Amino acid sequence: MFSNFRKETGIFLLLLGLCIVVAILNPRFISATNLQNTARLIGMYGIFSLGMGLVIMTGGIDLSVGSVFALLGVLLSMMLVDWHVSPPLAVFAIILAGMILGSIHAFFISRVNLQPFIVTLCGLLFYRGIARFIANDETKGFGDAAGVESLKQIGVGNFLGVPIPFLILLVLAGLLWVALHRSIYGRYIFAMGRNEEAVRYAGINTRRLIASVYIVSGALAGVASLVIAFYTNSVSPSSHGNFFELYGVAAAVLGGCSLRGGEGSVVGILLGAALLQVLQNLVNLLGIPSSLNFAVMGAVILIGVTADQLLSRRHTA
Amino acid sequence: MSTPSKQSWTGYVDVNQPDSVSGSAKIAPHSPLLEMRGVVKRFGGVAALSNVSLTVGESEILALIGENGAGKSTLMKILGGVHAPDAGEILVEGRSVHLRSTSDAGKLGIAFIHQELSVLGNLDIAGNIFLGREPTFGGPLKLISRRTMFEEARKYIEPLGLDMSPDTSAGLLSIAHQQLVEIARALSQNARLIIMDEPTSSLTPRETERLLTLTRKLRDENNVSIIYISHRLNEVEAIADRVSGLRDGQNAGELAKSEITRDAMVRLMVGRDIRVAVRDAETDQNAPVRLEARGLQTPRYPSEKVSFSVRAGEVLGFAGLVGAGRTEIAQALFGIAPATGGEIYMDGSPVQVKTPADAISHGVYLIPEDRRHSGLALSLPIRENISLPNLGAFATLGIIRGQEERKMAEDMVTRLNVRSALQRGEGGANAGQVADAPAQSLSGGNQQKVVLAKWLAMEPKTLLFDEPTRGVDVGAKAEIYDLIRGLAANGVAVLLISSDMEEVLGVSDRIAVMHEGKITGILGRTDFSEENVMRLAVGDALSGKVAG
Repeated sequence: MFSNFRKETGIFLLLLGLCIVVAILNPRFISATNLQNTARLIGMYGIFSLGMGLVIMTGGIDLSVGSVFALLGVLLSMMLVDWHVSPPLAVFAIILAGMILGSIHAFFISRVNLQPFIVTLCGLLFYRGIARFIANDETKGFGDAAGVESLKQIGVGNFLGVPIPFLILLVLAGLLWVALHRSIYGRYIFAMGRNEEAVRYAGINTRRLIASVYIVSGALAGVASLVIAFYTNSVSPSSHGNFFELYGVAAAVLGGCSLRGGEGSVVGILLGAALLQVLQNLVNLLGIPSSLNFAVMGAVILIGVTADQLLSRRHTA
Repeated sequence: MSTPSKQSWTGYVDVNQPDSVSGSAKIAPHSPLLEMRGVVKRFGGVAALSNVSLTVGESEILALIGENGAGKSTLMKILGGVHAPDAGEILVEGRSVHLRSTSDAGKLGIAFIHQELSVLGNLDIAGNIFLGREPTFGGPLKLISRRTMFEEARKYIEPLGLDMSPDTSAGLLSIAHQQLVEIARALSQNARLIIMDEPTSSLTPRETERLLTLTRKLRDENNVSIIYISHRLNEVEAIADRVSGLRDGQNAGELAKSEITRDAMVRLMVGRDIRVAVRDAETDQNAPVRLEARGLQTPRYPSEKVSFSVRAGEVLGFAGLVGAGRTEIAQALFGIAPATGGEIYMDGSPVQVKTPADAISHGVYLIPEDRRHSGLALSLPIRENISLPNLGAFATLGIIRGQEERKMAEDMVTRLNVRSALQRGEGGANAGQVADAPAQSLSGGNQQKVVLAKWLAMEPKTLLFDEPTRGVDVGAKAEIYDLIRGLAANGVAVLLISSDMEEVLGVSDRIAVMHEGKITGILGRTDFSEENVMRLAVGDALSGKVAG
């Protein structure tokens, strides 16, 4: 708990410092529009980063989420435009589909004992291919039927000036925080990340626990795919959601999750997701060539985790 | 002093600077190959070896025998350069040597064939033999000369009767053949002394016979001496030129070739007073049977059927040598590795145990052998370790009631007297602070108390202890014995698997002794003796009166 707090404080200070520097260099950073827009993006990326963080806490990984966004985005368009499915039902179906994909991963990981990296890498390739195939490799839109127009608020709407995706993130993060940091479930997850064998010897069904994190990650990917699809307002199956899984991993790792498992926190993941979006924003606002976008992100993540490693080494020494 | 010829193995002793005191002046004409004098080794406060001496002659097969924990492994690790002795001297052909690493031992011609083989399955036979010493060509490129390596390898494996191409993948070989690869590796390093540690534990009777023949051949034709460590006394009887016994980290005596009999060897291994206080209260022979196993079969010994029962309030000891199948019984009863056959009865009715949760639902809990790996999440707080199996009792709708969990953990820490280094610090520490410390901050004995605390909060009906005091200091041992007896006095049925002779004789009401998957006998208190346990443990029957 103490080390979590320390990590969260560290990344919070990094985030705060970065915000102050950017705000000084370009005051447009704290304009209402920019803040609103950044918050929307934090919400969008934060939702699936929570799922990724949960998976990483068990020592696993979920590389499939980017392709899941493409596949579910294409399905969403087809449901609304081609099959005229009612909007609430479509929302339900997409989240359910996300959970089903998660269950498939869970089956291969916890029952067939394949490595999470491999199973979800296959998912990454497979779902992308299926998405392109069923969309005939064409960009899909959502039309402008009345019900669909209000559904799009999930991605582009505001409530009292706060972007809806950001609100969704806060609600989901609150639920996950209780589950991870206050409930039996979370206790088991952290204990399993430290020593799976000891948890099994305590009479706990570790397979079911492992399966559960991929299903939760799938459900969160389902929610995120709705937000992303309506935010972009069109789904181009070959590029929609590309690399998003890596943003999730980056947010979780920046937020203090260890890829070995057993470490991390919901607040940390939120701060990690926020930091990534502020970095994106910084590149835009400070006139850094956007081609350097990934390079900036890579450098900051590396600096962040290196600093953490060096500080924790001194702390334990 | 003449320069040793290239063939002499002392020619490889460049690791050890010519020792000015010993070795220089007078090398006795027939110095023994190896001499260990007055070796002392302590781990913490525990003396693993006190003043042990051992001599191995040229072309001699010396068998080293002793109970589990008698100090055999420690002595061999000193010889292998793994541990440094605290006192004592090691002489090779009369010259004092210092073994600082395993490679020092190798350069002196000392090779080990371990119980767990170290053959790399992803390399071929030749690659294993020459690992780290591959013949190369191409100068600085150091490319492996496969042809030379195969030709050389063939020279070593053919005389051993390993009739295979040197490019066969070692992973495809049987255990017996992998052992031959290790022997070939030892010979290729000009080994003069090969230490075989329980070499036949995984071999079939036929393979065992072949290995014994080969061992004699190594002695007679290759002039290699062997230290042969085995619990199988019939093998020792068949092969040893001399037997040396260890007991409690001390020399227990030697047997010359003509004196080697099973009786003499058993006497050498045992024969001391039991120091654990034997309890005076008799258990109630009319108490109901709590747990019964009928024809239980485990994955390791699929063809052996094991039957026994434990009454409420009784401690049933399980004695036997390492690998006798005792842990497998405990794991079957707890559902970690479910039984492959047979029935388990709990309070007279048959139960299915397929998972640990099944066992727990019947009040059967396991304190596992390897507490660091299976018993505890070491980096988590003691409190979270204690409450792990029982969190449901401190939760509403899945949300943990932190105060109650904390109180339970503190109570357990106090009740079991879990002591932490924190308490020795400034101002000491209260139970709450101890409970918040990570489990790894505790000593072995206190860690074991935490493992036990997990289950005590859950009203145990049957407790399975697997080597509960391994790596535990003497003081904590006594506390754990008191806890076990106290639990039994409160009606808990206890299964106590232990390789510690004093422990199993001192704490048990009855002792089931296992040998290679079978229960060879169940001793009542009147038949308790180290000798009886040891006889059954090596597979001998007792004279008449003790029923199986």
